[in-house]
This record gives sequence, structure tokens and C-alpha cells, in this order.
Amino acid sequence: MDYFLTEEQQMIVDLSRQIADELIIPQRAALDESEEFPRDILDAVAKADLFGIYIPEEYGGFGAGTFEIVLALEQFGRGCVGVATAFAASALGAFPIMISGSEEMKQKYLPDIATGVKKAAFALTEANAGSDASGIQTTAVLDGDEWVLNGTKQWITNAGEAKIYTVIAITDRSKGPRGASMFVVEDTDPGFSYGVKEKKLGIRASSTRELIFKDCRIPKDRLIGRQGTGFITVMKTLDKSRPGIAILGVGLGQAALDEAVTYAKQRVQFGKPIISFQAVQHMLADMAIQLEAARALVYAAAKHIDAHPKDMSKASSMCKVFATDMAMKVTVDAVQVLGGYGYMRDYPVEKMMRDAKILQIYEGTNQIQRNVIGQELNKEYT
Amino acid sequence: MLLIDIDACIGCGLCEANCAFDAIHVVDGIAEVNENCTLCGACVDSCEVGALKIEGIDREEKDDLSTWSGIWVYAEYRHGRIAPVTHELLGVGRKLADLKKVPLSAVLLTDKAGDVPAQLVSYGADKVYVVEDQTLAQFTDEAYGNALEDLARQYKPEVILAGATAIGRSFIPRVATSLKTGLTADCTQLDIQQEDGALLQTRPAFGGNIMATIASSKTRPQMATVRPLVMKANVPDPARQGEVIHCTIAPERLVSRVKVRNFVALEGDQVNLNEADIVVSGGRGLDGEKGFQLIAELAQLLDGAVAASRAAVDSGWMPYPHQVGQTGKTVSPKVYIACGISGAIQHLVGMQSSDTIVAINRDPHAPIFDVATYGVVGDVFEILPKLIEKIKQARSA
Amino acid sequence: MKIIVCIKQVPDAKDVRLDPKTNTLSREGVQSIINPYDRHALEEAVRLKEKHGGTVIVLTMGPPQAAEILRESVSCGADEAVLVSDRAFAGADTLATTYTLSQAIKKIGGADLILCGKQAIDGDTAQVGPGLAVRMDIPYVTCIRRIVEASDKAFVVERLMDDGYDEVEVTLPALFTVVKEINEPRLPSLKGKMKAKKLAITTLTAADIDADTAQLGLKGSPTWVVKVFAPQLKGDRTMIEGTVQEQVDQLAEKLMEWC
Repeated sequence: MDYFLTEEQQMIVDLSRQIADELIIPQRAALDESEEFPRDILDAVAKADLFGIYIPEEYGGFGAGTFEIVLALEQFGRGCVGVATAFAASALGAFPIMISGSEEMKQKYLPDIATGVKKAAFALTEANAGSDASGIQTTAVLDGDEWVLNGTKQWITNAGEAKIYTVIAITDRSKGPRGASMFVVEDTDPGFSYGVKEKKLGIRASSTRELIFKDCRIPKDRLIGRQGTGFITVMKTLDKSRPGIAILGVGLGQAALDEAVTYAKQRVQFGKPIISFQAVQHMLADMAIQLEAARALVYAAAKHIDAHPKDMSKASSMCKVFATDMAMKVTVDAVQVLGGYGYMRDYPVEKMMRDAKILQIYEGTNQIQRNVIGQELNKEYT
Repeated sequence: MLLIDIDACIGCGLCEANCAFDAIHVVDGIAEVNENCTLCGACVDSCEVGALKIEGIDREEKDDLSTWSGIWVYAEYRHGRIAPVTHELLGVGRKLADLKKVPLSAVLLTDKAGDVPAQLVSYGADKVYVVEDQTLAQFTDEAYGNALEDLARQYKPEVILAGATAIGRSFIPRVATSLKTGLTADCTQLDIQQEDGALLQTRPAFGGNIMATIASSKTRPQMATVRPLVMKANVPDPARQGEVIHCTIAPERLVSRVKVRNFVALEGDQVNLNEADIVVSGGRGLDGEKGFQLIAELAQLLDGAVAASRAAVDSGWMPYPHQVGQTGKTVSPKVYIACGISGAIQHLVGMQSSDTIVAINRDPHAPIFDVATYGVVGDVFEILPKLIEKIKQARSA
Repeated sequence: MKIIVCIKQVPDAKDVRLDPKTNTLSREGVQSIINPYDRHALEEAVRLKEKHGGTVIVLTMGPPQAAEILRESVSCGADEAVLVSDRAFAGADTLATTYTLSQAIKKIGGADLILCGKQAIDGDTAQVGPGLAVRMDIPYVTCIRRIVEASDKAFVVERLMDDGYDEVEVTLPALFTVVKEINEPRLPSLKGKMKAKKLAITTLTAADIDADTAQLGLKGSPTWVVKVFAPQLKGDRTMIEGTVQEQVDQLAEKLMEWC
């Protein structure tokens, strides 16, 4: 369908598509197998200026919005959700600085993120703080001109690869939700190290590790925004980033549909290509309907967020749930269309199915998203 | 441009069917030409009602062409060795010279001729023009090009042939441009047109999927580079007699603005891919450098050269000089053994003129089988070790 | 350093398959692309510019739609673009092409360095680079695989030969043709694409380059196509069947007969 993109938006699509087709797709199976971080691909993405899409112009970026990141991520997601996750995670890591950081902080960090010279990462999750962020145990204590961080963050995307980490820690437990603050930690800071690399079901090209803070001392001015505003920054960050996850589902769904239709046209059984059988046609039709509906919703949500930055939550959660549930269903169905071949690693759809699962889990499980939507509805109807 | 006589055109579509460039279509019963047209003239020849004509060919002969006579072969000699294509050129040159009843000459540019002129005679040359000069010790386009150009102006051959080798394809265009004459690259067939004695030069075009016969008979000399291993060399006859003519070239014409500082020989196998009779080639299906050890072993056993598809080179399994295909080398050995190569069009254009093609591939639908003389559907990792074993056994028996 | 890169628009061979029945090319959906070798020439020019400063101008002779590959080149780092286009150029062989290109280059003030791809994948002649250098009366080196040293006055490069490579020294101005081994071409950048969109492409006609019309196009071409025909079909292929050992035995027998 034609979504009437502007010329600049079309350029972003064309460029990202070229990267997906020429760099990501030829390497994705090998990256999945070796679980290697796609440094070369991300370097090419950086050279193509795409890390700067969402960074404001005054910090060396293009100053484009959520919709434009979504367009780029759709193509990367079509290529490989693992690679796309590494790209998206840098944006997620940059958002807290963009949303709540001081002018000095923006000047210091955003230009390097825009050029891709430095990648960023976002650190929220801990062993006891997943969907319930109030379980955070990492602490930050002011000691003279320095904050001292202690604790362990878990399952942090881009850990070990990024140079800039935005980390939430408790600064005053007595204040409850108002007692958390966000900080920038640099990879070279003393007392900061990484845990082992996790072994995952899917998105195996992305790096997932622990961040370990042992008396990690950072300068006082690394506090993002005011003390105690950590949760607010986190919520705004996730509201802004969720369409990015949603669109990975759309890109992935598109890739799965492409494989399924191509295969169904070639595969001959009972003397006919299997696409001529109604059972297969209906599966493909349902996949296509779900996919296009998801794309339309994500695009609409992204544009809504760009236009109404204060009213992001519901739109952002709705598109995340719908598009990622769709991706799970469509990839499972693609494996079904390919039958035995689909189950084999010689074909890309089994990887797509494995990659799809994380989309329903990370950056807020789809259950949590429904809570958000429910709470928003409750507010709207008072 | 291509002129279409709309009154004569009957919209039969023959032109459309004969166009290799998708440049002419029948629209509403009349042929229409688009910007893809290269003025190759295939449609003009195919049109049965004479509705097509190419405007603008009224070639005039610039000077008296009859003063140009004889067939010349550039004898490529480098690092103390005559390139085998020279012998092949003398083979085809001999035929052309006999057809035209003119002498066949070889041109040797070197710092030290030694017994090379005699060898060139034994392969069929009637005359050998030799320029022996210290400045020719290393190949440079300017010195070699100027020398051949000056000799051509002085002795006026009607045809000059050279090998389509790195050297030939580098400096022969210099000579042709300086002489403002036609040059056809990488020919696979040469003939003499009966009516006017013109040299007809046939070469693969458009990625080897069509053949084009080119003429350049309104200027002299008519020049062509010829693909190695396509023409047949004559059996050398040591008793053959010929004339050796020592020539001098003005010293300022042998000055080169390019200076060769150093030569580094090809690493790895010593067989020159362009000159090998047997080529064993591997592709993506070999799955890594280990797979190429099998290829190398088989090549060594058969005294052949190792080649690779672009996929294998891009994966770092083989260095670039071994790449065969559109962005690599074009080879035409007696036997080309393609192992684990699917046969993308880019690869096929680099090897489909081989005499015999053996394809080994797991996928029975791989396009490589479309050009194969012999096809084996199977796993290269099963077949190659067994094949190597079998040949070794048979040889030792 | 002023660098001119000569590029050509060619049909993309990707996804094209030979029809085994008719032995013709299936052309469906074939797009026009920058000749692959020329992308390496452009990349090398942009790298030289990034290292030593200067300007990269891309030049092509072709129909108006060849402007597309010029824009693509600008999105990959070229600074300026020149299209040489005129009906009078149609049917040019390599001699007429080198005349046209040399006139155009003279018109835009010459260059310190001219880079070309080794050959175009549609014509496969490899003659335009050397011929152009002769027309410009500058030295040239074909098939270079590496630039070893570069300065404003001279270059040291490695040229690929059949038996290895030569390291050669050449004074500027000069022309090189490059093989793909020389570099890995970059993808376009977003900034490049935006620049390419706005770029005004200089278009030169036969009159603009003060061309002698007798040396242009079909008229200026000493070679012409006498006929075009499909290559002879190979004899029917034989599939070697049987168990793996049977296949190997048959194949070994044939190979030992030939080799």
C-alpha cells in the first residue's frame, strides 16, 4: 500500500532497504549461527548517516522523528531482527539524554551517537525488576563530587559493544517511585564491568550481557535531569521507543510473508504449485491482512507520537502489542507453509520464528502493554 | 539512427524477436525503437520487407587501403617466456595469411631476443620483426605501444592480432587509438570475408549470450585481440625458414612515463588460469577454505589451475586473481570442472566457452547444469575425495 | 587533486538467467545500474579525496536517463556530475567514445587523475580507459589492484598481470583502470542522497564540447557490427547417474581420458 511518504522519507526507506538487501540478508544466517555482533554492518549503517536520523540537527543528526526511525527499522527488521535490535538499542540508550539531559550533556554525547562512532545502551532490567520496575536494587549514592553506583543490570542489549550507557538506579529508596534517578555511565568508568554473554533463542546477533557496578564512581554531572525523575524518564523513553519494536514485527512479518509466498509458488505437490490450494491461499491471505493492518497501525502511532509528544502511551502500547503478536503468528504460519523445509536451518523462516518471540517480551511484555492500555482507557473515560 | 519505414512495416515482430537489447517492439502493428538501441543492425537483417534501415553508414575509405598488406601477430614475450597465446595466434594467422596469400609476420619487442625469433618462425611466421632495446625489458604501455605503432606505420600490415591477455588488452588499445583504426576485443573467431577480403571478428557480447561479428575494413590495420586457448596452434616445425628483420625505434618513442619498479609473482598455484587446459573451480558449496583444499588437490592431480566463483572469493576462501566470471577472469579451457557452483549468469559468462564443462552440484536445478556437458548431482564433499582417490589409484596401477 | 571518474550505465545482470531452450537472456525486470567496476573506481576516487583533499567529478556519456547513475555516484561521495548526451553519439564504438569523452574532459578543464573501471560488463572491451588516456596524451596503467603511494606529482600502484603483479610508478596527470580487488565500494549515505537530489547535473552536447561531428557516434566508429547471432547450443548434456561410487568411476574415467 502507498503511505504517501515524502521524498526524504522515501530516501530513508531506499537506503535502509539497500543495507538490508546487500549487507544484512547475506550475513544473517551466519550471524545467527556464530552469535557474532554485527560490527561491520553497524559501521556501514553509521557511514550511511542512519544513526543520526532521530538526533536533532544541532547535535549532528537529521532531526527526524519516530516515524522516520520506524521506516529505517522496518527494513532492518525485514533483514534480521538481531541486527535491527542492536541498532534500535542505541536509540533507546540515547533517548533518556534527548528527553531529560542537560544542554551540556546533549552536546557531549549526542554527536558521537549521531555519527555512530559510539553506540548507546539502555539499562533498566535487573534480576528482580522486570515488568515490575519498582524492584530495582542498583543504588547510586552521592559522595562529594561523585556518584557511586552498586548493583547488577541484567539482559542489557548492546552491553560490551556500547560506549554510552543510560542506567537507572535508586537514589532514595524512601521516596518510592520518586526515588530513582538516571545516569550516564561510560564504558571506561572505574568499577564498571560486564557479565558473560547470554545464550538466546533468537536475535542471536545482538549482544546481551550483564552490567556490573562495583563502587563505580562517576562525576556528579552524569545525572540525567533532576534527581528522582528516573522513572519518568524511563516511561517517556519506552513510550517513544515502543513503535520501534512494533515495526520490527512488521519488517519481520514482511520477510516471513515474502518467503512463504515465494515458496508456495515454487513448491509443487499433487502436480500443482501449493499456492493454488485454497488452504495455503487462506493462510497467506490472513498473513497479508494482519501484516498490513499492523503496518498501518504502527505508522499511525508513530506519526501520532511525533505530533503529540505528551500523549504517547496508549498509541505506543497498542501498536507494540498488535504488531508483535502479528509477527509471532505470521512467522509460525510461514514455517507451516514451508512445512519440513521451514523447520530446517537451510531456510530462513525458522530463524524468523525464533526471532519473533522476543518482540512480545522485551521493552515491556505484551501483558504489561495491555495493562497500560487498560489504565489509559480508565483515565479517558472518567 | 534506426529508420523505420511505416508504410513497409507489416508488424510481423521478427525484429522484436531478433533484438538482443529489448530495443524494438511492435506497437499497434508498427515497429517502434526505444533508447536501448545500440544500432547493432540485427533487426535490419531480420526484416523481410526491408522496412528497417540504419542511417549514417556511408563509410569512406580514408586512404589507399591496398598499400596495407600482410598479417601481423604480436608475439607476447615476458619474463623469458613466450605466452602460449602467441602460438595460437600464429596458428590462426597462418590460416588467414594463406587465405589472403600474404605473408604472416610476428612482432617481437624485447630487451633480448635470443632464439625467440626462430621459435616464432617454427610456429608459422614468415617474417619476424624484432625490436631489441633495453627500455623494453619491462612491459610499459607507452614504449611497447609506440614501437608497435611505428612499425605498423612503416610496414603497413592489413591485420594486427594480439592475445587478449593483461598485456595485449592494455597496450593494443593504445596502438589502435593512435592509428585511429578499429579494434575488436577478446575475439573467439576470425574469418576473411570472401567479397572484399575484410577481416571478420567474432566475439561474445552482452555477457556472452549473443555473438557479434564485427568488421573494421574501411581503416587499416584491422586490429583484434584474441581470447587465449580458443585458436589452435600449429605443431612447430624447427626446419621452417623465415626472415628476421631487426628494427630500431627512435629513442624518444621508447620513453615511458610509467616505470616498473618491481614484479611480484602470483602466490599459490603456479598455473596461470588464463593458460590452463584444465580448470577446477569451486563455489559457495565448498563451504570454506577446507573445501578448496579438495579443489587444489584435484587440480594438481590433473595438472590444472584452481578457479573460484565470486561468492567464494568474496567469502575470502580464494584470492581475487582466481575469480572467474563477470568481474573476474574469462577462461576457456579444454575442461572446466565446476564444483559446488550454482551457475549465476555472472559466473557463466566467464566460463561458458570452455570446450567441456563438468558440473558437480547438490541441487539438480542449479543453472550450471544448463551449460554443462556432463552433470553430476551430488555432494562435492562425497564426490571429490572419492574422485581424487580413484584417479590416484588408476594412475598408480 | 581533481579526479574525474568515468562511469557507464549498463544493464544489471543480477537475477538474469539464460533460457536453456532458446539460449537467450531472460530480460524481464532487468534494471540499469552503474557498471560494477566503475563503482570501485568511484570508491577509490572518494577515498583519495578523503585522504588528500580535492574534488571528485563523475562523468558519463549516455542517454538522458544516465543522469540516474550520476546522482547515485554523488550519493556515494562524488562532488560534481557531468552528463555528455547527444543523439549524435549513438552507435559509438570505443574509438568514437574516447574522442567524445576526451573532448568533454578538455571542456571541463582536464584532471590530475582519471579513474575508470577495468571494463564495462555489457561490452567487455576494456578499451575505453587506455584509448581515453591516449587521446588526452597522459600515461595510463590498467587493472590496478592497489594504490601504494599517492602524491600530487606521482603515484605508485600495483597493476595486475597474468603471472602476478607489477609495482609501477607514474607521474600525474594519469589515468588508471581498476579491478574490483582494489576496494569495497561504500553504500550511499543519507547526506549524499540529499545532496544528489538537489544537484544540478551539467549536461554537455556535441556542440558544447566542440566536437568534430565526423568523429562522433556511428560515423566516427571504424568498427561496425556485421551480424548478431545466438551462440551455438552445446550438445545435449549428459547426466552421470548412479550411486556415488558409480558416478565417481564414470567421471574419473572421462577425466583421465581428457587430462
